[in-house]
Amino acid sequence: MTGLVLEESPTTGDEIITNYTINFGPQHPAAHGVLRMVTELDGEIVERIDPHVGLLHRGTEKLIEYKTYLQALPYFDRLDYCSPLGMEHSYVLAVEKLLNLEVPLRGQYLRVLLAELTRICNHMMNIGSQVMDVGAMTPMLWFFEIREDCLNFFERASGARMHSAYFRPGGVHQDVPLKLLVDIGEWLDKRFIELFDDACSLFVDNRIFKQRNVDIGVVSKEDALRWGFSGPMLRGSGIPWDIRKAQPYDVYDRMDFEVPVGTSGDCYDRLMVRIEEVRQSVRIMKQCLRDMPEGPVMSDDRKVVPPKRGEMKQSMESLIHHFKLYTEGFHVPAGEVYVATESPKGEFGVYLVSDGSNKPYRCKIRPTAFSHLQAMDFMTRGHMLPDITAILGAMDIVFGECDR
Amino acid sequence: MAVVHAAPKWSSNEGVLDTLSASLGDLVIASKEEHGEIVLTIAREKIVEALTILRDKHAYQQLMEMAGVDYPDRAERFEVVYMLLSLTANHRLLVKVNASETAHVPTVTGLWPVAGWLEREIFDMYGVIFAGNPDLRRILTDYGFEGHPFRKDFPLTGYQELRYSQEEQRVIYEPVKLAQDLRQFDFMSPWEGAHYVLPGDEKAQGDAK
Repeated sequence: MTGLVLEESPTTGDEIITNYTINFGPQHPAAHGVLRMVTELDGEIVERIDPHVGLLHRGTEKLIEYKTYLQALPYFDRLDYCSPLGMEHSYVLAVEKLLNLEVPLRGQYLRVLLAELTRICNHMMNIGSQVMDVGAMTPMLWFFEIREDCLNFFERASGARMHSAYFRPGGVHQDVPLKLLVDIGEWLDKRFIELFDDACSLFVDNRIFKQRNVDIGVVSKEDALRWGFSGPMLRGSGIPWDIRKAQPYDVYDRMDFEVPVGTSGDCYDRLMVRIEEVRQSVRIMKQCLRDMPEGPVMSDDRKVVPPKRGEMKQSMESLIHHFKLYTEGFHVPAGEVYVATESPKGEFGVYLVSDGSNKPYRCKIRPTAFSHLQAMDFMTRGHMLPDITAILGAMDIVFGECDR
Repeated sequence: MAVVHAAPKWSSNEGVLDTLSASLGDLVIASKEEHGEIVLTIAREKIVEALTILRDKHAYQQLMEMAGVDYPDRAERFEVVYMLLSLTANHRLLVKVNASETAHVPTVTGLWPVAGWLEREIFDMYGVIFAGNPDLRRILTDYGFEGHPFRKDFPLTGYQELRYSQEEQRVIYEPVKLAQDLRQFDFMSPWEGAHYVLPGDEKAQGDAK
């Protein structure tokens, strides 16, 4: 036994260990659309991520420059197709700000009511897909049950399930039937809260779910500010900032609601912020239903808002207005405004430059996802490969909006 | 004029313009307050200095957005607009610089890393170059795209279209062929000064000059 030499493992001695680069997407179910991320891995640890966006770039901003103000509105539905009314809200407010146009109270209440329904609708999609990204199938299906109800309500209000084009400069397009408001109220009380609590109870305290989300993608307050975060991403990092509260628009100043904030800035906090926001949205919607006054839903400024069809049958002047507003459209005073609202995903802004004609000179859309996605590199660095999907899911990204 | 619209209302603009103008001094070329928005135009070379003052002394902590605008009639045809937000003072501010294809704008990635992609987007869409941006690649357009699509002289239809070719079994690029002309209507009413020029008439007017 003496003199035994332990054999060394056979190597050729010339191997070089290099980092491994993979393409995440552009077609990947967890990429939430067409996102390509060039991911550099050291084993299973993420060293660097370079997100390539723009695969869904349709040049919306350029198209808007060639359309009248009213024709430009439906493009906003198609930006963030998970929360169409949230996008319209910023645009109509920007146009109204340039025109200094007053909106009747009922119109403002209807906008807030449906904007909050949009928030619920969007969060159902996001929470569901986030939970599914980290491995749970059932909550997604249950949340989509709620989403289906929301879409049915949109259909009853505007005629379209997703691309509603319901908010118009000056108010909302049509008044809603009383039965719809009654049904929304009953749905909130009876059906929604039960379904929502049931679905949440499946994962909120689940051990596996927490292992995948707690302390993943932690963002400090300073980083959240420097990287231009907004919405649940900013609140998840513990900054109590909500445009609905700080810079109220429409009738948000009459609403009583809380702004939830996270404590540690990880993926779990962002998700919990969204869950609490849904409950606050329910509160706002109930107040809207309780306080909504009777009256017109659209401004009666005939140089901006087209007349009703009944009026047109009687009055020559209405007919002329109708014709002019649907061909030439209205003229907006020259100037520039930046209007940002709290869309479900964060600050959605519209920078509108008018040259006094009937078409926007420039309409810059501030997407929420663009800034958030940029932070992907520093948020994932040092994490494991499967954490990418968790971090991406908690960002709430939709490419229609990110790429415009 | 009384404010009757329902757009977001932040804290009062009163006195803000004076305070900022005094603090920034001759960095400011022009300033105005219209439609409830304060707009400062800053000398291009001094933009980093001005934004540093605004961020550190006046608590505009966040750069929410940057936009490019094209005014082809101007000598320096592009404008770059920075949208600043103060969370503590609850206030918004627009800061502008002028630029052209040759006049480069200093990058602000050192102040806010979020500017990285925002500058890339303006570079991609307008061709404004941001001096010092460490990663000034195209971002939204296709790989290998040429031109800057949001310039006013870039046609809405673009120059290239792509389709999947069954014969070649790959996506191919071809010059744009439209089945019908792009329809652009002139909605200006004749009473408001639209001038319709009959084909050929413009020559007669050219002679008169």
